[in-house]
Amino acid sequence: MAIEVRNVDKRFGDFVALDDVTMTVGDGALTALLGPSGSGKSTLLRIIAGLETPDSGQVVIGGEDVTSSAARTRGVGFVFQHYAPFKHMSVHDNVAFGLSVRKRPKDEIAERVKELLGLVRLDGLAERYPSQLSGGQLQRMALARALAVQPQVLLLDEPFGALDAQVRAELREWLRRLHEEIHVTTVFVTHDQEEAMEVAEQIVVMNKGRIEQAGSPRHLYESPTNEFVMSFIGPVNRIGDAFLRPHDIQILPESDGTGTEALIERVVHLGFEVRVELKLHDGRDVWAQVTREEARQLELTEGQILSVRLPAPRVFSS
Amino acid sequence: MSSSAQGAVSITPGAGIRPAQRAPASGSGRDERAARARRLGVRSVALGYLALLLLAPVAMIFYRTFEHGLAPVWSAVTAPNAQHSFWLSLEVVAIAVPLNTVFGVGMALLLERGRFRGKGLLGVLIDLPFAISPVVVGLALVLVYGKTGWFGDWLATNGIQVIFSVPGMVLATAVVSLPFVARETIPVLRELGTDSEQAAETLGASAWQAFWRVTLPGIRWGVVYGVVLTTARALGEFGAVSIVSGRIEGQTQTLPLYVQDRFENFDSTGAYTAAVVLALLALATLLAMNLLTRHTRKRTAA
Repeated sequence: MAIEVRNVDKRFGDFVALDDVTMTVGDGALTALLGPSGSGKSTLLRIIAGLETPDSGQVVIGGEDVTSSAARTRGVGFVFQHYAPFKHMSVHDNVAFGLSVRKRPKDEIAERVKELLGLVRLDGLAERYPSQLSGGQLQRMALARALAVQPQVLLLDEPFGALDAQVRAELREWLRRLHEEIHVTTVFVTHDQEEAMEVAEQIVVMNKGRIEQAGSPRHLYESPTNEFVMSFIGPVNRIGDAFLRPHDIQILPESDGTGTEALIERVVHLGFEVRVELKLHDGRDVWAQVTREEARQLELTEGQILSVRLPAPRVFSS
Repeated sequence: MSSSAQGAVSITPGAGIRPAQRAPASGSGRDERAARARRLGVRSVALGYLALLLLAPVAMIFYRTFEHGLAPVWSAVTAPNAQHSFWLSLEVVAIAVPLNTVFGVGMALLLERGRFRGKGLLGVLIDLPFAISPVVVGLALVLVYGKTGWFGDWLATNGIQVIFSVPGMVLATAVVSLPFVARETIPVLRELGTDSEQAAETLGASAWQAFWRVTLPGIRWGVVYGVVLTTARALGEFGAVSIVSGRIEGQTQTLPLYVQDRFENFDSTGAYTAAVVLALLALATLLAMNLLTRHTRKRTAA
């Protein structure tokens, strides 16, 4: 089901959480709401779910205006940032909750729960309690619980925020594949641009209660419409009002006399990527991103003076 | 004497239930020795205080009760007035405690989840019974529900007797033990947060279903603890009930009133025996909760 948000405003006291927000999420799409904390992304997600009421504007799900309907009638699956497990219930009962409040027959519930626990790879843990699960397992239990009622829309609030790096990477990949499998319209909130780029098909960049830009990860990276998006998505050098991508800075072999003179202040090896911190002859600091192989061929060392070629920087009119 | 029996009833629950905090083991030898000495010092003071104020008097009552063997105790226990006061106490508690439980949980929800003007004032009002002397509570109830009170005429014409009868005693008991359930439930409710209730809501649960299936199980230990405190307080209530009951022997005499009555009539065995029964009732309440808690906690590991 497609989601449409039309001219939504939301204030908490004097704080403007959402300021005239309009966006569309296509049927079956996997969308990220990306922004720094306080940008209104979680509020927007909660408004779509019906957990908050907008001050004005509309929320339309599957062509139906649901602005004034209660969360429980919206057919929305919501996964909370801290999973919100029902601590006094077993994993089985957690997942079964949505079906059991709908008074479905017992054997149907049992079958569905078994199927879902398989889908989220928690088979065999049905009798455990939330306190006995790891963060990643809790996350998947919360997801199975949300999927049990076959929601039209799946909403996830910072789904990987509380997990350690390795589990995070695994779950991202897994969420992507799960989405391909069940193809339910999915929106997740994140403050991590890398996570958004890796998982989402569409990214909505938010800042200070407004949508800065929406589009595919590649589109946002290559054609940002403003400096916020440019600096939020991907690494960036800022020189006055101009912006440069670090990988667009070309380091020239010493023999070549063209280009701008620069001093290497530091070389940081990050595996495949090498980060070169440079001071240009006019005193400005920039950093360039090169591959390990390039760094080796150029024999980059700290204190070395060489020339670099700077691309035409991007300037945004504010 | 009745006051020390009351003390035993209302203080022990806290000591029995709140888990002792254990200080983390510290590093070097000298620090550790100093820390141990400090811990020992704190413990001795705490235990000494407890022994002086609580254990010794209670032990004394037990000693005095059984001083002359079981026969006088038995006849004191089986005395008709003793029996009557015992059952009357249970009756009052059995009505007042459920009332206060429902009210307390509702009030906790209102204060913790609600958004309305005057919430702060309501929070203070709930604590009022802690601050007002029970005797004053009793007098106030007489002023409102007594023969010359506000509702006196109406109650009389409808044949309802509140003062000098069980309804008044239930009212008095409910008032003095009013804050416990709400006060114990509020922090647990805050800790539970609203996420799991909202999760239940997005999963299709009605507000009623969310309350019974998610909120109440989530706060049950706070509620249980509040109920135990309420029960203990209600069992031991003396001042307010003493005023509204009229202390009619064999009719409106609860156990604490009976203890007082026996004591004033120089029947020390009767007084001590009743006091012991009162203490045992409180102990049984505590024990029941402890067993219940341990049993269920192990299973859910919540």
